[in-house]
Amino acid sequence: MTDKQNESNEGLSIEEQKKKAAAEAKAKALELAKQRQAEKAKPVESAEQPTAELELTKEELKKKAAAEAKAKALELAKQRQAEKAKAAETAEPTTTEPELTKEEQKKKAAAEAKAKALELAKQRQAEKAAEPSDTTDETSDDLAKQKALAAAKAKAAAAAKAKAAAAAKAKLAREAGGDTSAQPASDDEKAKAAAKAKAAAAAKAKAAAAAKAKALREAGGDAPSETPAGDDEKAKAIAAAKAKAAAAAKARAAANAKGAAAEPAAEEKPSPNQPILDTYIKVIKEHLGEDVLEDSYINRLSKDVPTLVAKPDTYYKIAEFLKHNDQLRFDYLSEMHGTDFETHFEVYNHLYSYVNRQSVALKVKIDRTSATTHSITPLWEGANWPERETFDLLGIHFEGHPNLSRIMLPDDWVGHPLRKDYEPHDVEV
Amino acid sequence: MIRTEEMLLNVGPQHPSTHGVFRIVLKIDGETIIEATPVIGYLHRGTEKLAENLQYTQIIPYTDRMDYLAAMTNNYVICHAVETMMSLEIPERAEYLRVIVMELGRIASHLVWFGTYLLDIGAMSPFLYAFREREAIINMLNEICGARLTFNYMRVGGVKWDAPDGWIEKVRDFVPYMREELAGYHDLVTGNEIFLNRVKGIGFYTKEEALNYSLSGANLRCTGTNWDLRKDEPYSIYERFDFDIPVFHTGDAWARYQCRMQEIEESLKILEQAVEQFPAEGPVMAKVPRIIKPPKGEAFVRIESPRGEIGCYIASEGKKEPYRLKFRRPSFYNLQILPKLLVGENISNLITILGGIDIVLGEVDG
Amino acid sequence: MEDLLYAQPGWTHVAIFFALGAALLMTVLGFVTYAILAERKVLGFMQMRTGPNRVGGRFGLLQTVADVFKLLIKEDTIPKLADRPLFILAPVIAFAPAFMVLATIPFSENLQFADLSVGLLYYVAVSGLSTIGILMGGWASNNKYSLLGGMRAAAQMISYEIPLVISVVGVILFAGSLNLNDIVRGQENIAYIFLTPIGFFVFLISSIAELNRTPFDLPEAESELVAGYHVEYSGFRWAFFMLTEYVYLFAMASLTTVLFLGGWNPIPFLGFIPGALWFGVKFSIVVFFMIWIRGTLPRLRADQLMGFAWKVLLPLALLNIFVSAAVKELFL
Repeated sequence: MTDKQNESNEGLSIEEQKKKAAAEAKAKALELAKQRQAEKAKPVESAEQPTAELELTKEELKKKAAAEAKAKALELAKQRQAEKAKAAETAEPTTTEPELTKEEQKKKAAAEAKAKALELAKQRQAEKAAEPSDTTDETSDDLAKQKALAAAKAKAAAAAKAKAAAAAKAKLAREAGGDTSAQPASDDEKAKAAAKAKAAAAAKAKAAAAAKAKALREAGGDAPSETPAGDDEKAKAIAAAKAKAAAAAKARAAANAKGAAAEPAAEEKPSPNQPILDTYIKVIKEHLGEDVLEDSYINRLSKDVPTLVAKPDTYYKIAEFLKHNDQLRFDYLSEMHGTDFETHFEVYNHLYSYVNRQSVALKVKIDRTSATTHSITPLWEGANWPERETFDLLGIHFEGHPNLSRIMLPDDWVGHPLRKDYEPHDVEV
Repeated sequence: MIRTEEMLLNVGPQHPSTHGVFRIVLKIDGETIIEATPVIGYLHRGTEKLAENLQYTQIIPYTDRMDYLAAMTNNYVICHAVETMMSLEIPERAEYLRVIVMELGRIASHLVWFGTYLLDIGAMSPFLYAFREREAIINMLNEICGARLTFNYMRVGGVKWDAPDGWIEKVRDFVPYMREELAGYHDLVTGNEIFLNRVKGIGFYTKEEALNYSLSGANLRCTGTNWDLRKDEPYSIYERFDFDIPVFHTGDAWARYQCRMQEIEESLKILEQAVEQFPAEGPVMAKVPRIIKPPKGEAFVRIESPRGEIGCYIASEGKKEPYRLKFRRPSFYNLQILPKLLVGENISNLITILGGIDIVLGEVDG
Repeated sequence: MEDLLYAQPGWTHVAIFFALGAALLMTVLGFVTYAILAERKVLGFMQMRTGPNRVGGRFGLLQTVADVFKLLIKEDTIPKLADRPLFILAPVIAFAPAFMVLATIPFSENLQFADLSVGLLYYVAVSGLSTIGILMGGWASNNKYSLLGGMRAAAQMISYEIPLVISVVGVILFAGSLNLNDIVRGQENIAYIFLTPIGFFVFLISSIAELNRTPFDLPEAESELVAGYHVEYSGFRWAFFMLTEYVYLFAMASLTTVLFLGGWNPIPFLGFIPGALWFGVKFSIVVFFMIWIRGTLPRLRADQLMGFAWKVLLPLALLNIFVSAAVKELFL
């Protein structure tokens, strides 16, 4: 990396920056609100919008240099813009909609539906997650801020949104009637604007689909009472999205409702994959008993993948269940490897279900002295070589593996190099 | 009575058609294979072990050496993993540059595959045609990053160099040129009766087997599975482009061939759009700390390389070196099905099947 | 030359025959040298590269000479576990018939070494011997790849000899003779390629297979068997196999010219051009065609190769006999 990029940072670590930002959280929040309102007004302006945004970004860059707090707010705004741009670009893949995973649909739905309060909460959450040290002293502040903010904003936002939706719809109609495919990229601005308009429409459809899918699943799986508070908010968002898809008029009400609903949910972690994880756990517990899992969580660093940690003795049982259960059907082993965490070994499997289009990470912690676990090669043939590799480099024994021998290193190699306490063996020394 | 004997035939590690130092021990009866045992590891360099003592930026050149035919995707996967952990926002221009070089790399990789596959089957000319086009790509990549094979182009947060003047225009001009040449390939090879006889129905497996053996990329799509991470778990800015995923249903070497050839066309489509949308100016590097320290935790990301799903797992302790780095190397996984496919085939088909899987030994051996 | 054969034997004759033989050998070696160069050049141009262009001027005229020189001074290696006598003998057995068959080929009215009444039969019979040399080389090397290559070669060459021989029956029917001179004279008005096109087609394909050239180069199959039967050979022994291949190319192209393209007979109204030149032109076209094929087609698989010989070429060749007989009966 060049020195240039870091001139402005001047050796400041992220944490430090964040702390500063946190200290001026109020200013930030205010700024944020302003930004958002300005932004909301923009979609209505249709064609010039991308350029306007661009200029704005530059301006923001300048501002950033001026004050750290502002920078933070701006970053938020920027992130949002980026998200929007992304959302806009998703307009094209309408045809591929059925292929999108539920998770993505949900993500998109969330972004596209412009559930403002929800997004704000999310952003704040992300921020919180990024700076765990700050959360404790900032939470109450945040809450207060947010309440005020949400109250003030909900109305303005809803109005703006409705307008935007109307504009988008009009645009879409025009596009559909006229030049949808005629000049896709000849005029960049136009294309972008068009894409945005399309996105709005597409998002609605998607949101509806996602909401439906979700509602269906939730109706089948989770009882509403069981859903954690995070879900509550989520469900509301979905309901809102659904309503929007149904009618523009309803959308306003839904957004309003959502704006109000965002408040109590603000302190929860609204990961879009939380309900998926809950479903997995529920199904597993139903069939295999209560205490088969050691732990389960959403790995936020890893694109929100639901992560299950099996107990050593139930590892194979869970793996088998994940593969063969009709609801789960994880038919594809994407990745399998082990890690030496010094206190224990850990085997990490990334499974994927082509039926449900969902991922799960299945982990198991293995005692370091015995270093033995069950092989999953009988379930997924694809684990054959990776398990051999893990055996070779880490010395984890997989019981039931058809041919557990060294694969990368020569058969007479001494030791397992990826162990943290590995010492190279040299006969001549 | 004629007494026949089984014979052990050692193919590789030095053999023209194993594309590197791959060894496979065949038990043959005449020319029919009874049992095949692949032996790998001749090119194992311990990338993952080395990485544990390297800073993230220092690891990137090591990834070049894994899949050396499509080093850009390898560069990307580790950057993407770190960026995902750090929730970095990548500048527009950098994203476009990344997509352009990755798709160029994909085309170059498929071209090498096309050429060497035909060479394996015994036609020598397509190899040279394919390499001519690949040369054009390599020259472009050389211009942008100064290397022809091991690019070391991407960084956490963006790319190392901005595109030189006129480079985007070169990419734009390359698209129609490549389309024309691709039509030539089809004229020369795709309709050839001998070629069709060599690949049709060879190395067949079903969709279920493909999933069970963790195949990915064209090896999976040839069985009718519509799965491409660029579409199905979009990363970077791939969702902005309009392209199709070629899917074929016959599950044989012929389907794999068609799949890869069409992927070249789809990559050209992406290139065309990326060049069209390319932002006129802007930074190519996000603001990142001088020393990259992803937060404590672990992440696994996967992206679509020319050979299939390439993934990167990072376990971080918040230090400047990864605690554990692991690459999901598609060739390694794809190669597993080989022994199963070879049983009952003859030696000529060994080459057709092995070539059809499209392995790169640097990647198989890590 | 005919007179010499029937004259009283003596040392002078021996000397003359030896000198003539040596002259032919030199001609053939010259051909091989430049055939290899031509092949590399033509392939090079087909593949949009220049081919040899350093040794011997910008056309690489001395490239093959340098290559042969290199082969001559290379260390002669014989694997420890090889069957030594057979290993040494194999290239000789492979090469000798290749050179022997040249004796009967009439290059022009006057230029022929032996005017046998069964010249065609002689050619076919003698050329079949090379298979033994190749099989021997494959076996003696004590290498599995070369064994597989040798077996493939034997199977392939024996299989393709059958359609090859049967496809020329049409020509024999028209000429009424097995003498190659008579066959050429029979084509003064019309080349046999027009009378038995099916025969020509089958003959051409079989001859490529006999020559072990792409797309029938299974015995060597670089990408499968590394180099097939000569994988353990190096230096001049290897050069002998190479020489065999190209001398056969020379012989087979000559035979094709003689049997189907009218030998030294000129195209009507161009009779002022000498016969030897006509022969050379037609011969070059055949050689070029074979190089062209090599630059274009992939390789067949062993079972497909056999299937093609027995299921396609053989029935076609048999059909050709009937068609030729009918043509001769009805139109000539």
